[in-house]
Amino acid sequence: MNINATMLGQMIAFAFFVWFCMKYVWPPLTAALAERQKRIADGLEAAEKAGKDLEKTQEMVAEQLKEAKTQAASIIDQANKRATQIVEEAKNQGREEGQRMITGAQAEIEQEINRAKEQLRAQVASIAIAGAEKILEATIDEAAHAKITEKLAESL
Amino acid sequence: MAESAGEMAHEAVEHTQTQGEYIQHHLQFLTFGKDAEGHWGIAHGEEAVAEMGYWSFHVDMLGWSIGLGLIFILVFRAAAKNATSGVPGGFQNFIEWVFEFVETSVKDTFHGTNALIAPLALTIFCWVLLMNTMDIVPVDLFPWIAQQVSGDPEIAFRVVPTTDPNVTLGMSLSVFFLIIFYSIKIKGVGGFLKELAFQPFGPKMLPFNLLIEVPTLLAKPVSLGLRLYGNLYAGELVFLLIALFGAFQLPAHFIWAAFHLLVIPLQAFIFMMLTIVYLSQACEHH
Repeated sequence: MNINATMLGQMIAFAFFVWFCMKYVWPPLTAALAERQKRIADGLEAAEKAGKDLEKTQEMVAEQLKEAKTQAASIIDQANKRATQIVEEAKNQGREEGQRMITGAQAEIEQEINRAKEQLRAQVASIAIAGAEKILEATIDEAAHAKITEKLAESL
Repeated sequence: MAESAGEMAHEAVEHTQTQGEYIQHHLQFLTFGKDAEGHWGIAHGEEAVAEMGYWSFHVDMLGWSIGLGLIFILVFRAAAKNATSGVPGGFQNFIEWVFEFVETSVKDTFHGTNALIAPLALTIFCWVLLMNTMDIVPVDLFPWIAQQVSGDPEIAFRVVPTTDPNVTLGMSLSVFFLIIFYSIKIKGVGGFLKELAFQPFGPKMLPFNLLIEVPTLLAKPVSLGLRLYGNLYAGELVFLLIALFGAFQLPAHFIWAAFHLLVIPLQAFIFMMLTIVYLSQACEHH
């Protein structure tokens, strides 16, 4: 074992390498790894937050869906009610209209009958006179017998 | 590659070297220093190395050690530059995995804020791991390349820096200085000396306390450096012995390399962990 100045050289080299490592290797590596760790932690946190958000959104969606369904059901219900109402109304209207038409028609018929009676009355008077004239074959004083024929016509 | 190593080893044994000489040669360093006549140059032979004394350098060890250290800082610098908060690619991911492994080890052991300890641990772990990994390279490959390049068949060239006690003790002594520095910085000179003198038996038993605490303190850098050195040196020695097997060396190489794959990261990890533990002890009040 011969100890010589090699040891000194090794010590100087050692000191240099340690100094270099301390100055130019360790700090950037530590910084980069710390930053990476932070990024990973941030990423995990963000993922967790996103998961929570998703859950919340899903809940909201479910709630809204439920609301929409009840709303739709109530709308359908209302629509059904309204439809039956309309049908009912239409029926009533129809019935009323029919009634009115029937009454109108009856009134007209009555009028027609009256008019026909009136005409008939007028014609019957003249026909009766003509008939009587023909039967009697005589000149009848129209003025004298007018009362009789009128009475006859009125009795009709 | 192991085969070529075997052939060369075989040749070496048959023609030019005895087995002892082969191993001996493989345990010599490429040493640069001032020879007996006062000229700076590469030493030839063990006597020349001994003459150079303290002011000589193991050029091969320093070269590999600094080269591997540069690979470490360049790779990690590239990863640090590319590091973003986005999704990392394969290479980036691997580097960040190593980084986080070291960071976790530091955080589990060292409680407190210190900007130095974590980068220190990362440097130690990666650098020692790279240096240890050189042990897997076939023992004769780089010496053979060095011989071809230099044209000197006797040239000594080793490739595993952690098999040189200068390298491991250089690192462990640096850690030791940091232990002393932080002990005094956190506890003050008085607090540090009190810890040595008044524990564990109280002020009345001061000599005994010193007798226990001072060797404990001094044993830290020695054990730290020699543990790494011893493990890797032994591993390399076994590879050298296996290289002498001749034709049967391939399965033996494989088995030993597989076993050694456990030792390599384990020793790097132990060196790193003990450094963290020692420094956290230095930074804590007892």
